[in-house]
Amino acid sequence: MTIQFNTETFRDDYSFRNSDWAIKRFPFPFHEDSYMYSVNMEQHRGGPAGSVYEKRFDVDEHYVSEMADRAIVLAEDPLRCQSLPHMTLAGWDTLELIMVSKSEDYPDLFELHRDGDRWRWINKPMGIDHTFTFLDETTLPCGPLEYITRQAQGDYAVLDQRGDMLYMDAGMVTTQADWSLDFDIGMDFFEWHAPVPLAHEMGIFKRALKFLLNIQQGAPARRLNWTMTVNPLLDTSPENYHKWGVQKTTLTPENIGAKQHLRVELQTFYRLPRSNALLFPIRCYLIAFQDLVTVPKWGRRLHRVVRDLPEELATYKGFIANRPLMLDYLSRYDDGLPTSPGIWPDLETEPPLQT
Amino acid sequence: MSKFQFPPSISSRPVYGTLEPRPGKAHLMIADAEGAEALLDLAASDAALFANAHIIYIPKDTGETYVERLRALGPAQFYVGPSYAASVQRIRRVLSDAHMGLQVYLAGTEGLMGQAQNEAMQAGIPHGAIQTEHRGSVARRMQCVHCKGITEDVTTDPFVCSHCGLNLFVRDHYSRRLAAFQGVCIDAEDPGNVPEPVELYK
Ligand code: HEM
Repeated sequence: MTIQFNTETFRDDYSFRNSDWAIKRFPFPFHEDSYMYSVNMEQHRGGPAGSVYEKRFDVDEHYVSEMADRAIVLAEDPLRCQSLPHMTLAGWDTLELIMVSKSEDYPDLFELHRDGDRWRWINKPMGIDHTFTFLDETTLPCGPLEYITRQAQGDYAVLDQRGDMLYMDAGMVTTQADWSLDFDIGMDFFEWHAPVPLAHEMGIFKRALKFLLNIQQGAPARRLNWTMTVNPLLDTSPENYHKWGVQKTTLTPENIGAKQHLRVELQTFYRLPRSNALLFPIRCYLIAFQDLVTVPKWGRRLHRVVRDLPEELATYKGFIANRPLMLDYLSRYDDGLPTSPGIWPDLETEPPLQT
Repeated sequence: MSKFQFPPSISSRPVYGTLEPRPGKAHLMIADAEGAEALLDLAASDAALFANAHIIYIPKDTGETYVERLRALGPAQFYVGPSYAASVQRIRRVLSDAHMGLQVYLAGTEGLMGQAQNEAMQAGIPHGAIQTEHRGSVARRMQCVHCKGITEDVTTDPFVCSHCGLNLFVRDHYSRRLAAFQGVCIDAEDPGNVPEPVELYK
């Protein structure tokens, strides 16, 4: 299908909306009625047609507006995109991977014409037609990582692998769940994960790192992570927390369905060919509670997950104060019926809400 | 003075040891304030080390308390600096002149050790040749995540950012690159409601 790109905002008047199409393909992150941290990794080898798993780098109706929001963030704070000096080659690897994937997966939207090192890149939704020399930085308006990730939804961390460790040595981070690239850049895998509760003691990060170190070129992996956000705000950064934090206190029983969003990150992991770095795209999807509960299975399940989530996780994810309000709202969509296993909406087979 | 035992913390927070004499062709010792005591203890276990030692010492508010005692250890070079910022060019120069086999000893406040360790790593000194020992103040060097300004010697939580004036709480999340802990606005969700500052670890 051709995508109709929305004109919408992720700040101020928050005109962001999901179409019915976007709601049905939302990456609901809970495969059962409870949630705890785990090493939830699988191969990233496509998925059901139309799902967010289908393509290597999913493009949806929010693409053009998300890129406009990224440009605003970068204009205010250029430190959101950084690359330590030894990471330039990994930036070119990233540019190549995204250009090749997008032009193959969305030939009607993106074209890449390569004649040796002379590359012509056409990005129709953003109106870009640019010829440059691969591996020659002087032919791009900015570094290769910044250039391509200004045209690709989601945040990107680029990890250098030295010894048996990953180091966060570059990134583009404007749609993050409250962590700072500027603070974390240069850290190793255990250091940047230090603030996460419980998972260290559970041995999750040791096993996850082992998995990541073994990722081979051409065999990417993926996982989902999630949190909660009041208003469809992409830039929930620590840098701007003194500005957006107060929005968490604006929830009421009347507005919660529209204002409270489940925020899901589709995280993928790619080994890069020349640099041997690991690329970590973190794609953020937002859905308002009132849209989510239109899928009966998801409404039932989200209520149970939020209700039973350990206090440490609700605190870390920043919604402990709003949990009672959320439960009041969500309990109206939980009739106690069992739910089918797996994350898919199962609209045909799951019963409607019993009232 | 007894050593402060930091409580267990998250994995980005540095941990410090006890300085031990190590064989090496040269010894660079950088200390501030009560960090001098760690060097004096080091001398008690191996005084011979100091014949090839360069001591860079920043007394801060200890004034003259330790200066003559350090000088009496007979280091090959002895420099007393008025502040870390004033000493850092010298530290860089010494590190860039360093040969294989240099041992680095850092002692005193976390801010001093973190910054000097950074300089040493950037100069290519192997991690295993750098030792640290915390002595004296538990003050922290804090970066404001909002304005990026660094506030030195923070002793209370919360504290006021010396650059932008926001009230910040003190996190244990630590960046070795910045040699600083992270400070985050404490009253973002309830503007104006700032708890009374309490002394760190009290
Ligand atoms: C190399 C790629 C990865 C990067 C760059 C990365 C980065 C991050 C960052 C920056 C945070 C926020 C920490 C904070 O509070 O400051 C985080 C949280 C977390 N990460 Fe990772 N991560 C990676 C891979 C993984 C993997 C493979 C797992 C597998 C289990 C994982 C599990 C988690 C969990 C459970 C959290 C807490 C999330 C929450 O509760 O909302 N991460 N990660």
